[in-house]
Amino acid sequence: MTGAYTAVGTGFTPPDVDWAPLAPVLLVLGAGVAGVLVEAFVPQRLRRPVQLVLALAATAGALVAVAALWAGVRDTGGTVVLGGSMILDGPALVLQGMVALLALVALLVVADRGQNGEDAFAPQAAAVPGSQYERTATEQGLAQTEVYPLVLFASGGMMIFPAAGDLLTMFVALEVLSLPLYILSGLGRRHRLWSQEAAMKYFLLGAFTSAIFLFGVALLYGFAGSVRLSVIAEATATTVGLDPLLLGGVVMVAIGLLFKVGAVPFHAWTPDVYQGAPTPITGFMAACTKVAAFGALLRLVYVVVPAVEWDLRPVLWAVVILTIAVGTLASLAQQDMKRILGYSAIAHTGFILTGVVALDVDGVSGVLFYLLAYGAAVIGAFAVVTLVRSVDAQGRVTGEATHLNQWAGLGRRSPWLAGAFCLFMLSFAGIPLTAGFIGKFAVFTAAVDGGATPLAVAGVVGSAVAVFFYIRIVMVLFFSSRSPEADRVHGAVTVVRSEGLTTVAIGLAVVATIGLGVLPSPVLDLVGEAARFIP
Amino acid sequence: MTSSLATLVTAATPDAAPAGGAFTLAWLLVALPLAGAAVLLLAGRRADPWGHWLGVLASGASFVVGVVLLLALRARDADERVLDLHLFRWLPTGTFGVDAGLRIDPLSVTFVLLVTFVGTLIHVYSVAYMEHDVDRRRFFAYLNLFVAAMLVLVLADSYLLLFFGWEGVGLASYLLIGFWNHHTPNAVAAKKAFVANRIGDLGLLVALMIMVATFGAVDFATVLGAAPAASEATLTALGLTLLLAACGKSAQFPLQSWLGDAMAGPTPVSALIHAATMVTAGVYLVVRSAPIYEGAPTAQLVVVIVGAITLLFGAIVGCAKDDIKKALAASTMSQIGYMVLAAGLGPVGYAFAIFHLVTHGFFKAGLFLGAGSVMHGMGDSVDMRRFGALSGLMKVTWGTFALGWLAILGVPPFSGFWSKDAIIEAAFVGEGWRPWVFGTVALVGAGLTAFYMSRLYFMTFHGKRRWNSGHSRGTERDTGPVLHPHESPRLMTVPMVVLAAGSLVLGMLLAAGDGFVTWLEPVTGVAEHHEPVLPVPAIVTLTLLLVVAGAALAWFRFGRRPVPLRPPAASALTRAARRDLYQDDVNDALLVQPGTYLTRSLVFGDRTVVDGSFLGLGRLLVRLGDGARRLQTGFVRSYATTMTAGLLLLVGVVLATRF
Repeated sequence: MTGAYTAVGTGFTPPDVDWAPLAPVLLVLGAGVAGVLVEAFVPQRLRRPVQLVLALAATAGALVAVAALWAGVRDTGGTVVLGGSMILDGPALVLQGMVALLALVALLVVADRGQNGEDAFAPQAAAVPGSQYERTATEQGLAQTEVYPLVLFASGGMMIFPAAGDLLTMFVALEVLSLPLYILSGLGRRHRLWSQEAAMKYFLLGAFTSAIFLFGVALLYGFAGSVRLSVIAEATATTVGLDPLLLGGVVMVAIGLLFKVGAVPFHAWTPDVYQGAPTPITGFMAACTKVAAFGALLRLVYVVVPAVEWDLRPVLWAVVILTIAVGTLASLAQQDMKRILGYSAIAHTGFILTGVVALDVDGVSGVLFYLLAYGAAVIGAFAVVTLVRSVDAQGRVTGEATHLNQWAGLGRRSPWLAGAFCLFMLSFAGIPLTAGFIGKFAVFTAAVDGGATPLAVAGVVGSAVAVFFYIRIVMVLFFSSRSPEADRVHGAVTVVRSEGLTTVAIGLAVVATIGLGVLPSPVLDLVGEAARFIP
Repeated sequence: MTSSLATLVTAATPDAAPAGGAFTLAWLLVALPLAGAAVLLLAGRRADPWGHWLGVLASGASFVVGVVLLLALRARDADERVLDLHLFRWLPTGTFGVDAGLRIDPLSVTFVLLVTFVGTLIHVYSVAYMEHDVDRRRFFAYLNLFVAAMLVLVLADSYLLLFFGWEGVGLASYLLIGFWNHHTPNAVAAKKAFVANRIGDLGLLVALMIMVATFGAVDFATVLGAAPAASEATLTALGLTLLLAACGKSAQFPLQSWLGDAMAGPTPVSALIHAATMVTAGVYLVVRSAPIYEGAPTAQLVVVIVGAITLLFGAIVGCAKDDIKKALAASTMSQIGYMVLAAGLGPVGYAFAIFHLVTHGFFKAGLFLGAGSVMHGMGDSVDMRRFGALSGLMKVTWGTFALGWLAILGVPPFSGFWSKDAIIEAAFVGEGWRPWVFGTVALVGAGLTAFYMSRLYFMTFHGKRRWNSGHSRGTERDTGPVLHPHESPRLMTVPMVVLAAGSLVLGMLLAAGDGFVTWLEPVTGVAEHHEPVLPVPAIVTLTLLLVVAGAALAWFRFGRRPVPLRPPAASALTRAARRDLYQDDVNDALLVQPGTYLTRSLVFGDRTVVDGSFLGLGRLLVRLGDGARRLQTGFVRSYATTMTAGLLLLVGVVLATRF
């Protein structure tokens, strides 16, 4: 095959591309491109169903492709494709599968329009908030169906991210996943100024971090003469005297990734963006971005960092402990459901990081399991948030009721929904028989085995403190009743009927949370087999 | 003697054959009532119109399966009548596993038939008795649950599965005692029964642990097979812990205090659970564990002593109670004392213990149903001092009750005679001081039984009317509510008649040709015949003389003479008996009060020390969180500054540590 091309002898050697391992990524990105064409050529009325089917089929197809590739990767350890730009090894494939799966569930929430036929996105993103144009667009029932291709592009970037074999591919993937997220964050139907502010903040800080990341890449190139991770890893053993470049580069690249996972002190965007972004997107981001960014971080840490472990250990440990402390403590003082979940995301980043810095094979599998467990619960939790709405003085259903007091007594009115939410909270808190417990157990065990006992202790203490605010939510839902006072301040509250899609998503999240908690062995075995990186 | 003991022990634990054919149906015994309970509980109010009949059907179907098992078992040779039906692997672990399986042998099938037959009759009775209760469906659900749990208990092929059933009957008992829990004393009684049973359950749990530690297994085949080879100390420990369990469940001294209060439950419950079946589970446990007790003479002696004490204890309490159900409960306690005593005597007593258990199950259930019928006619009153002269008004109740009364007295040829007399004779077997002491206790117990049961019978059905019929005025008896005693409906009287027929003939039938004793031999082993220290005719004559004397005394004091409406001043012993021989006071002083003080001090410590420091810590954390929140200014510039600072710090620290 290769010979046939090179025989032409034009001097250009087309890269030898093994397409099969790229199938999951290509499916998702291809569907994203097709989605753009749909916007151009399909009549407006049909766009939403076509986009939805396309997006669901693409993510489901990616999942199937991952499953089909799994046996080969398990036996061979993985393949290097595109001349080393992408590495499809066990962790990469499992992470791609997780992104596809979680994106599929998140898409269900994204697509749901609820009982009054309004999705979570602005009917016309270009309309000035509060303008006549905006009102007209709302009355005509327009919808910004570009959301679906944007989600697919982001998902595609997320799937490349953990599989990137060199830092430039990693950077491109970072941008491919980030840019759609910036736009999606600004598309909120309600509180549009908040939403746009959040998108702007996310974009500015993201751009800032991208610069840091790139600077780190430049330093590493200076050190190793290559941006290939494997070459850098080899160079750590052979190159002498350029350690400042190596250390500075690794730290700065790591900061780029730590920003994406929301580790302290690079976390400040998280609560603001989580609160401002449309809630289905928040759920998507919280689950999938974390999976992708942790995947890339794992690759960096396990391929490059071992050589400089002793230099990085103090700062990494400090970041982990700070992240756990800030995430849990700041959650204690929050009253807004989305902000609580935002800070809780920071705390969970800290918990997951204990497994990352364990530098131990069990750490990888623990992190993979934790990401799946957390992703399921967080999509489910934000899906529930989309259904709990305020009611204005005229009795019309408006935006989400995110103040904690508005959730009081929800358990009495919507026991199933509140029960599901409680389950997610218990999983976050790490209560046994939920997925969260197994995940915490796995990463903390790995941390202890990897010689990071203080981190495990910090994690356990942090979890204990975190239980307070998760259980507080359970208490509010089930053991306190709605006060007329709260209704007057925050407006009355209702639970809207989902079109069915969100219900399915919540149901899947519940099943996953219980299933992974009660019978974790199959998934633990799977991630255990998948835990080896190839350089 | 030694060799005969060895053969006897092997005879008691024959290798169980795997079950096939009709025996594979045995799981239905448990499944049917369990399904009934599930349907009744889950179907909710929809099942109200037909739920009670479903309950009857489930229990009745279980009885039919039991009969099939009996016939299939009788068709086999005597030495092939012990079968194990493996159901499924219950607890698979690395080195230790437990299978769920059923042990089908003459002993378990006897229990199955007793439980399902009496149970079905009581189900039928309850249809009418609970007719006006809005929660009748729930009542039948619990009854079915009880039957299922009791069958698990007696059919289990391992101590662990037995424990499962043991807890199940405890739960059903708790639910049913507190069935009318809107009335606080009933809820308290249920709780008391539950707690007392927990203490006994602890014994069974410890026994299970000893078994796992010693034998590495909990199934009957392994444990009982290996028991003869185990050390006497181990077997004694096992015997005593199992006895503790038996004491809790069977209301034996010193855990007997709950049974009287358990009468707070509806009367059919008292008849089924607290007279005929559940409370005899302790006897079953001891007889089932025979090989353990054979190797532990000390434990055996303790069993006999506990039985003897309870026998007298219950009888004395029964003499002073004016509450008809509590008097019957005291009698139950005393009769189970007989059974426990017999079970402690070893192979000579096992079969008779079970024999008395079966006959007692019939006549005591009949007596309780009779009491329920009286209460039904007397506006739910239980005060015998307000009864009297009911014989003419409730003829069926009177007649069936009289048969039960004669049976429990042990008057020939009623069923109690055959079983109780056999126990008294067995108590006189042995050497040294024991036969004299235990024999005398059993003998005196028979006399006391005759006295208190006759007192109960005469106070209820004979003598003068002591309730307000609404016709005459002026006397003290006319102060109470106006009552119109009437016979109970057919659904209630038919089960009473059936049980009364059992009281009349069952003993004779089972005793004929030692049929029942031979039937149990595959389980209890063949008992060598020993002569009692007194000649048998002398024992029988003495027993009958005491019975007649007791009944006559009761007639003179409560039949012929007028019964005061209020308990008269009485001797110290009577006053003590009225208060259950101060057992509650002793428990209160020894256990409850110290326990209360302990919890109070713990609560105090919890509030001040634990909560104080915890809440203080919590406040500190919230304050810190507030501080963290303040850092979140909302300005991108400050966020970027934080990040830059973080970047500089991280890079700086990394480079600084290296260079």
